[in-house]
Amino acid sequence: MHAKVQLIGQVETQALYDPKWVRYSLIGIAVGFITLFLLSPLLLVLYQAFSKGLQAYWNALSEPDGLSALRLTLLVAVITVPMNTVFGVVAAWTITRFEFPGKNLLTTLIDLPFSVSPVISGLIFVLLFGAQGWFGEWLQAHDIKIIFAVPGIVLATIFITFPFVVRELIPLMQELGCEEEEAAISLGASGWQTFFFVTLPNIKWALLYGVLLCNARAMGEFGAVSVVSGHIRGMTNTLPLHIEVSYNEYDVIAAFASASVLAGLAIVTLVLKTFLEWKQSKAGFSS
Amino acid sequence: MSIVLSNISKNFGQFAALNNVSLEIPEGDLVALLGPSGCGKTTLLRIIAGLESPDAGHVVINGQDKTSEHVSHRGIGFVFQHYALFRHMTVFDNVAFGLRVKPRQSRPGEAEISKKVKSLLDLVQLGWLADRFPDQLSGGQRQRIALARALAVEPNVLLLDEPFGALDASVRKDLRQWLRNLHHELHVTSIFVTHDQEEAMEVASQVVVLNHGQIEQQGAPSAIYDHPSNAFVSKFIGQTNIIRVDQAEKVWLSTTGLDGELGSVAHIRPHHIDLSKAENASQSPVIIKDWQHLGAIIRIELFNALLPDTKSLFAEMPSEHFKQLTLDKGDHVIVKIKHANWFN
Repeated sequence: MHAKVQLIGQVETQALYDPKWVRYSLIGIAVGFITLFLLSPLLLVLYQAFSKGLQAYWNALSEPDGLSALRLTLLVAVITVPMNTVFGVVAAWTITRFEFPGKNLLTTLIDLPFSVSPVISGLIFVLLFGAQGWFGEWLQAHDIKIIFAVPGIVLATIFITFPFVVRELIPLMQELGCEEEEAAISLGASGWQTFFFVTLPNIKWALLYGVLLCNARAMGEFGAVSVVSGHIRGMTNTLPLHIEVSYNEYDVIAAFASASVLAGLAIVTLVLKTFLEWKQSKAGFSS
Repeated sequence: MSIVLSNISKNFGQFAALNNVSLEIPEGDLVALLGPSGCGKTTLLRIIAGLESPDAGHVVINGQDKTSEHVSHRGIGFVFQHYALFRHMTVFDNVAFGLRVKPRQSRPGEAEISKKVKSLLDLVQLGWLADRFPDQLSGGQRQRIALARALAVEPNVLLLDEPFGALDASVRKDLRQWLRNLHHELHVTSIFVTHDQEEAMEVASQVVVLNHGQIEQQGAPSAIYDHPSNAFVSKFIGQTNIIRVDQAEKVWLSTTGLDGELGSVAHIRPHHIDLSKAENASQSPVIIKDWQHLGAIIRIELFNALLPDTKSLFAEMPSEHFKQLTLDKGDHVIVKIKHANWFN
């Protein structure tokens, strides 16, 4: 083993390294690209948001329409994320633990929200629940508003963010297998005990990771929500919609101040994501 | 507790894993389910445990029909092939699991649990590992912890799926002896699955030979070895020379003291073949092609000059005896066959 390591070390120093100019120019291109396309927009958002000073920034954020957009965004996330967490665990469990006809179809369908354009996802809900939609008359007769109202936004967001948790869990649960769960029930544990004491601790980091991604998308979703929301100021505008409306009205400070909030959320998400990935790799399997 | 299986059948799609299997296991026995891979032995074990449900048939444990009872209520201890220890729990918590998930009214107090877990860890001689996690243990240690965990709930029946399958040869040998001793101590009815006939013979008091989802033979290891009920069992258990008797073989076999009908098949154990040195080449057409030293036993490969197209015949004898005969490669030997099992 030792000899082998040494050998590889030697080969590496002699032959596996590219010439210096190749290395430095590749690193330069990568860093330049990231600066130009990722870092500079972020800095620009912050620059624009604060271009009229802190007070203007604060005023833009605390303006009623902006606050209402923030509240609605949080409300949508608070409803969507727990639901998709539960759905995700149930779906992953179903797919990895049971054999049933149509399983492959179901597994494929889970990816549908990712493969369909968000605008179409929104349109589906309009076609279903809109005034001219399938359930439109019935909903009107019972005075239930879904499209151009909060329920529509929540439904569209649930649809869009459904795959995040499931897709994190399925590969992990397939790799874990069901032997530990079988061991638990053979020792007399009930289904719930097995889930909480055996399954959940094994999937918790992947689950949190999925939840985090789901949350980031739930707060940032634009396309599908834009179709079903109706853009009613102070009522059905989420943060991303509010940004668009403000920007279109040349209210640059309001647009970029809200954008900086979303960007801040994104950065927090990234940091947490890195932490969770590190945790997950530490909890990895050595068997 | 005794186990009675009656007419168990199980299909996976088109594949018949078990075909009308009936089996009785008396209380306190240590039984091996032995067979080649795909013979249905693990499926049978999982059906007894309740981890798999049979398409037909009944599982009766200690006089009670348990066929439709849930795994968690069957009172069985199951040791998985890859141990299936809970990887996020310490060894102590693993062993305590079965006690902690009991319903409140029958759950022992934490002090009692601790006492019990300690005594179980002492039983498997791993008390010093209580605070470790499974991935810090060796294969043999994991196996013993898995066993302690299964024993914690005081099962009526202990079921082990390929208990030594994933271990090094040397560890395996120790653990076999250890499991046998443990069984003598505890006397809990135990069934283990294995594809290794040596393991089955060494550990079990009863061996059940399975093939293609059916029981070929059941009995004590010595009975199965000495009196195999069919050609499969004879071939599967121990070494066997197989000779299909045609005219030329018949003539040659008669010189070794064996009388066989044309078309029948002789199964001859290597140690049933006696060799003595021939004075000269005309006395016997058989020469020693090769021999190997297997410790106490010498295995000798024989070549029959009269029947050059047939498979080599293997004989075995104690190495002391081999030395006395002063045999070596190329020597002509006179062959006497003491015993053969005949199958058609």
